[in-house]
Amino acid sequence: MIRTPLRPLARILEARAKGENPDAIERENLRLRHEEMRDRARKRAEGRLLVMGVMFFCAFAMIGGRMGVLANSEPTEPRASIAGADIYAQRADIVDRKGRILATNIETHSLYAQPPQMIDPEGAADALVKIFPDLKRERLIEDFLGKRKFLWIKKKISPEQKQAVHEIGEPGLLFGPREMRLYPNGTLAAHVMGGVSFGREGVHAAEVIGVAGIEKFFDERLRDPGRGAEPLRLSLDLSIQAAVERVLYGGMKIMNAKGAAAVLMEVHTGEVISIASLPDFDPNNRPRPPTKGSPSDSPLFNRAVQGVYELGSTFKIFAAAQAMDLGLVNASTLINTSGPLKVGGHRIGEFKKKDYGTLSVSEIIVQSSNRGTARMALQIGPKRQKEFLKSLGLFEHTGLEIVESKGGAPLLPKRWTDLSTVTISYGHGISASPLHLAAGYAAIANGGTRVQPTLLKQPHNQLGERVMSKQTAKAAQVMLREVVTSGTASLGEVPGYAVAGKTGTADKPKESGGGYHKDKVIATFASFFPANDPKYVLIVTLDEPVETSGSEPRRTAGWTAVPVAAEIIRRVAPLLGLRPEIEPAELNSITLTSN
Amino acid sequence: MRSLFIFLSAVAVIGLAFWAYRENYQTQDAQAKAEHAQHQISEARERLRVLNAEWAYLNRPQRLRDLADLNFDKLGLVTLRAEQFGKIDQVAYPQELELPITQPIDVINMEQQP
Repeated sequence: MIRTPLRPLARILEARAKGENPDAIERENLRLRHEEMRDRARKRAEGRLLVMGVMFFCAFAMIGGRMGVLANSEPTEPRASIAGADIYAQRADIVDRKGRILATNIETHSLYAQPPQMIDPEGAADALVKIFPDLKRERLIEDFLGKRKFLWIKKKISPEQKQAVHEIGEPGLLFGPREMRLYPNGTLAAHVMGGVSFGREGVHAAEVIGVAGIEKFFDERLRDPGRGAEPLRLSLDLSIQAAVERVLYGGMKIMNAKGAAAVLMEVHTGEVISIASLPDFDPNNRPRPPTKGSPSDSPLFNRAVQGVYELGSTFKIFAAAQAMDLGLVNASTLINTSGPLKVGGHRIGEFKKKDYGTLSVSEIIVQSSNRGTARMALQIGPKRQKEFLKSLGLFEHTGLEIVESKGGAPLLPKRWTDLSTVTISYGHGISASPLHLAAGYAAIANGGTRVQPTLLKQPHNQLGERVMSKQTAKAAQVMLREVVTSGTASLGEVPGYAVAGKTGTADKPKESGGGYHKDKVIATFASFFPANDPKYVLIVTLDEPVETSGSEPRRTAGWTAVPVAAEIIRRVAPLLGLRPEIEPAELNSITLTSN
Repeated sequence: MRSLFIFLSAVAVIGLAFWAYRENYQTQDAQAKAEHAQHQISEARERLRVLNAEWAYLNRPQRLRDLADLNFDKLGLVTLRAEQFGKIDQVAYPQELELPITQPIDVINMEQQP
């Protein structure tokens, strides 16, 4: 670049000759030079700004574009992942306590159609109807020829069906992979399993979400990819559950009951080994909830957990145990059970208007005397009774790990009067589920500590709060054993296993309210075995049983629930690995050998 | 000196380029292999899952019960009962077998009068 001099000699001389100030020329030139420098600097700065702007634009455009692509593309499996076996993109299995499968997944396919790609929609509809008889031909043709671009035809199809559809050769019929929940044991433990359905659905995948039972309760856990390889281990035992359901079903049919429930629970750990409710359903094909009628008549209703019933005389042992624990009575204290006994204006009567006279506490339980229990309850008083029943867990839902358990909160009287105290002492005026009763009896059977029923396998015994002393629990156990050896539950004797328990027969309240049915009862047998060292609690409840082998129909629990429970124990105790107490074998007659 | 330096750096660039090229393809190869193996693993896992499900399905208690009923005359399977338990002292000791004599020794003639 040629620098223009600030004072060009020619112009200076000329200016001097004219008598002008030559400095003006220098200033003028300096100004021009500065303007030129300024223009150059601005141009360069503008250029740099432009480059910066383009760079930023490109960077943001790239990020934005990438985000758009990620948002709109189908997710794919990561290539050559290092995750390996720990990450499982599927719902975890559910297994029983010995690791046998209760619920697992299998791959299957869904069938969908893209009508614009179809060549022969009518022919395809004909062929599809042949493969799936439940589809309507007219409906399919309407969909195929209409404006729809996409439609689901079947959510789950078998490999054979897939092959058959493949053989139609229609390019508009397409398959997407689907994961399907399978319950290989069918109706077994149906109420615990609940069932699943599809959540959000895409062509290449669908969410499997739990809709009921343990599937819904542990939905998060089962769907967690980090724990997908680790099955959820329940406390249930498959073979014992099957045996209990089988015997209970037979018992329900023989006793002409409309429903039945059974709970078998470990007394120390609170593990539910088997929980059954009949009638049941197949979780592979979960029926829809009923739209009319009582929900408790639906097979979906879990009688063992959701069904809150007045459980009758089975509650008497709680009153007796508390009275003994408070030191008000002991097992041989005599109590007058003769009438009349009036509480709050109501006359307290006995079964079939009997009069047992003066009985010991132990005999009151064995004979199941209402008035005797009522007199003990009056001594205890409402406040202490309330606290005791609360400590047994009879005031809130059981907290079993299925969603339905929240619906099984006990029904309690609004005002806990003296009359409530008396009726509750023999199991009326309070409604609880069979599982509540199991937890209460487990507290007696395990020596007086509260247990929380659970469906998960427990590593060790529960150390719940103490609700009664060891001696009280032992005395109550002895009384309950006597009920079976010489009381109302004599049909409950099982050779080899000492059973202890208490029967309860409660009239069903009318649905319309006001009073009780005369000929509809809930028969319950609450038991534990072996009586000398209780390990398991078994509750059997039959809904509206009637036993017709005798001259008149019998409905009491001693004739209905007890034989069923005894048969369950006979079948299940060997499976539980309990060694029977063997009666000593007869000695061979002695023969003299010497001569 | 300067041209030698340029020549050497050119050689180095070519060498590094070749190395990078080879590494790249080896990596892709290894990735493809791993992917293949992964695919095989997932296929095997799926097969295992189906087999497990099938095993559970075939061993479902109801089917086993039906099979036991069906084959009752052949197998005579009944449910486990308390009577089938016993105490160890109810089991008789096995009769002691007499050992077979393999090398009889004649002792009659060996006896000598003192």
